[in-house]
Amino acid sequence: MSEIIRLSAAALAQKLQSREVSAVDATQAHLDRIAAVDGSINAFLHVNTEEALLVAAEVDKARADGDTLHPLAGVPIAVKDLIVTKGQPTTAGSKILEGWHSPYDATVIRRLREARMPILGKTNLDEFAMGSSTEHSAYGPTRNPWDLDRIPGGSGGGSAAAVAAFEAPLALGTDTGGSIRQPGAVTGTVGVKPTYGGVSRYGAIAMASSLDQIGPVSRTVLDSALLHEVIGGHDPHDSTSLTDPVGALVEAARRGEVKGLRVGVIKELSGEGYQTGVLNRFAESLELLRGAGAEIVEVSCPNFKYALGAYYLIMPSEASSNLAKYDGVRFGLRVVPEGAPTIERVMGATRAAGFGDEVKRRIILGTYALSAGYYDAYYGSAQKVRTLIQRDFNAAFTQADVLISPTAPTTAFRLGEKLDDPLAMYLNDVATIPANMAGIPGLSLPNGLADEDNLPVGIQLLAPARQDARLYRVGAVLESLLEDKWGGPLLAQAPEIAGVK
Amino acid sequence: MTAVHDEVLSFDEAMEKYDPALGFEVHVELNTRTKMFSSAPNGFGDTPNTNITPVDLGLPGVLPVVNRVAVESSIKIGLALGCKIAERSHFARKNYFYPDTPKNFQTSQYDEPIAYDGAIDIELADGTVFTVEIERAHMEEDAGKLTHMGGATGRIQGAEFSLVDYNRAGVPLVEIVTKPILGAGRRAPELAKAYVAAIREIVKNLGVSDARMERGNVRCDANVSLMPKGSTTLGTRTETKNVNSLRSVEHAVTYEIQRHAAVLDSGAAIVQETRHWHEDTRSTTAGRPKSDADDYRYFPEPDLVPVVTNDAWIEKLRSELPEPPAERRKRLQADWGYSDAEFRDVVNAGVMSSVEDTVAAGVSPAVARKWWMGEISRRAKIADLEPAELGVTPELIVELNALIESGKINDKLSREVLDGVLAGEGTPAEVVEARGLAVVSDDGPLLEAIDGALAAQPDVAEKIRGGKVQAVGAIVGGVMKATRGQADAGRVRELILQRLGVEG
Repeated sequence: MSEIIRLSAAALAQKLQSREVSAVDATQAHLDRIAAVDGSINAFLHVNTEEALLVAAEVDKARADGDTLHPLAGVPIAVKDLIVTKGQPTTAGSKILEGWHSPYDATVIRRLREARMPILGKTNLDEFAMGSSTEHSAYGPTRNPWDLDRIPGGSGGGSAAAVAAFEAPLALGTDTGGSIRQPGAVTGTVGVKPTYGGVSRYGAIAMASSLDQIGPVSRTVLDSALLHEVIGGHDPHDSTSLTDPVGALVEAARRGEVKGLRVGVIKELSGEGYQTGVLNRFAESLELLRGAGAEIVEVSCPNFKYALGAYYLIMPSEASSNLAKYDGVRFGLRVVPEGAPTIERVMGATRAAGFGDEVKRRIILGTYALSAGYYDAYYGSAQKVRTLIQRDFNAAFTQADVLISPTAPTTAFRLGEKLDDPLAMYLNDVATIPANMAGIPGLSLPNGLADEDNLPVGIQLLAPARQDARLYRVGAVLESLLEDKWGGPLLAQAPEIAGVK
Repeated sequence: MTAVHDEVLSFDEAMEKYDPALGFEVHVELNTRTKMFSSAPNGFGDTPNTNITPVDLGLPGVLPVVNRVAVESSIKIGLALGCKIAERSHFARKNYFYPDTPKNFQTSQYDEPIAYDGAIDIELADGTVFTVEIERAHMEEDAGKLTHMGGATGRIQGAEFSLVDYNRAGVPLVEIVTKPILGAGRRAPELAKAYVAAIREIVKNLGVSDARMERGNVRCDANVSLMPKGSTTLGTRTETKNVNSLRSVEHAVTYEIQRHAAVLDSGAAIVQETRHWHEDTRSTTAGRPKSDADDYRYFPEPDLVPVVTNDAWIEKLRSELPEPPAERRKRLQADWGYSDAEFRDVVNAGVMSSVEDTVAAGVSPAVARKWWMGEISRRAKIADLEPAELGVTPELIVELNALIESGKINDKLSREVLDGVLAGEGTPAEVVEARGLAVVSDDGPLLEAIDGALAAQPDVAEKIRGGKVQAVGAIVGGVMKATRGQADAGRVRELILQRLGVEG
């Protein structure tokens, strides 16, 4: 395996800057890796070979000319196929957008282009980001590089798997209820959901607008901070985007510190329903932090028990409206039924053929929750729960500087295992959903392998809104303590991928 | 359209038995430079689907951004309608599938409008004033425009296919909703027309809308219900959609009152529904049933933050409001000393502002009125234009008037001078010079003409000599004819009398 693809983004950026490695070679190495392993992984829906190499060549030329470049110039990246890109298809993992090309770039894509980061391609996801396993993609499931019979998490399984399989050093994900963090946990990678409004949503195909957030996917905490600084900051195209500067996140990741820090263990997010191996690794991580000078305290968030229920009312409600635009009139799939088709029948047939079962399930759920006579009981009550969750967090953050929990209750489950049991699938997001409901930032990093199945386990850090830097400061310390213990990154322990060409 | 004619009662009979209640939803298109939620131009009549951005097409991933100017225009409308302005208002999504609505939801304000609880006084032609209470004025976006091809009715049902133009999608709208208007009685149709006219005038005066009803800048949905005389319980209403001229508003309300009365008289119930207005037959036909259970699944628009106002902002906008039209009319009539009839004529001819500008430029109100109601209106009628569209400036009228008052030209010649100026021949003075239109003021040639005229009509000359001074007109006419109208008639009269040795 080429050494280039094993490098962290930060290390690769160094070698590019010193011209030890060319951007074309770096990009080509990753394209080669994709060609070699993606037949087994299926992380990519589209590989952007030509454009990526073109951008890389431009970076090499600019660097040779002595131009001042962004520190990440030439570092390739993969993009979740929920984010629109000019010059490449964007499918959202759905048949309804098959073959559609966006005429505009998402704001985050514009920022990647400004930084001259070659885009390797678009990664697989659950259709419209609805799922926790990437099995709901209309283009086949993505497989977990640790075990090809297992799911890579979801909805951003493609981005997490691509990074875990060394197909890309960095990727963009989106996180509505855990779609960056839970795939990170089950693939042994790092994923960050920034503060709501911290990264522009313009060009991220909406599932649930009040919960969606774009964020970084990487193999190290520092790499996520580097990417976060590229994509973060105010965007006038997104009214909900924060006006604050993105903050010194890279600085925070480089100067990790936990001495005297109060780390709050959320009582409600552990114990029953959590796999033994997950709980064991969690306890060990707490010990490491304590050993490094952190104060471990227990906090209680009593309303978290309603979070999942409220989430599954708010998210489908917003999704039912956001997905109304897919009707065959202006773009994407159009199905014209037999006979004399009326506009209603064309819309109906298009949506019937274009949407998968999970999407339909959520549209129906959301339409019901918003309908007259039910609105107060469902959507209205769910919004009240949301306020209660925010209050729980506010109270917890008076006792602790960061909060901590396992990222997901289990390690990666087997493909198909929960496909017929939506509720079991939904429960996988129980620990990640509260952060979206409150708009606060969260970071997941790998903290070991579960004893019983030798699969990666993730740990989640949560900080108050706009305190994303705190996550990087603590995350970097924990990462370094863990790697000292393991004698290297967790991914070094991953098995070789079967079927490599 | 299908020519199904409903039974109607005569208006008089309907009014003997029932009291009407009215209600209006008037949509005003704002004339902002860009759309409500995007940077696309807000223009009328452009090539279809050119004034669009990804936002207006509702493409995947797009987000709306509120147009600040549209918010300010909405606040101004609210203030002009005497409304309270919300400190915090919110957009909501109104969800329904229709191909002219790119996102299949309309972004609108629902339970938190920008303006609420207002009232305006509506003055009818005879001076009677009705106060109409305003429930709310809220911001929303317009839909695209559908053209249904190949069907008999021009409606979506039966069409072979439909074309859609999204240029209008996302154009900012303010919807003004009244509370139920009671007590208008038989003047309900007249009040309906006057109300819509007042709204149109207010938004035009504010400069926030082009207010051209024929372009759909102001669109009216008229609600009508009847209650038996003496009752205080509102009857079932119908909503006649898109009544888009002042005349139609009056007719539609009249028709619906007559139709409701016939239905109620027959013992049947009014069906709560929308009605389509047909100007050609001056009647309505049933649209879709409308019940309070219409389910648009409203919920707060999560992509937009609340619109938050503050006193300083509102007061600044209030200070920018122009004088309200009704107050302005009162002031101008008093300033000009016109009679009620004279003033009404000026208003109805649409030349009030032109008269105002012309007076300001330096002629008397009487002279300004003479020009705008006379020569200019005559020309406008022939050209099928508004008087103000002819290109006659207040300064031109001042110059023409100065030439008349100095005796250089007379009224008749001034029209020729106007012809020349409008034909681009130069200033009035230049036209007079070039066309040789100056009144003959040298007495020499005049005396010659007078002598000729006197010789031609010796009997008349004799009568004048004998003291019948009023007969002088015949000689003046002869002189004017001989000088091709270029003489100053007053001077001619003087000279004739002098010539005949008669005191004028």
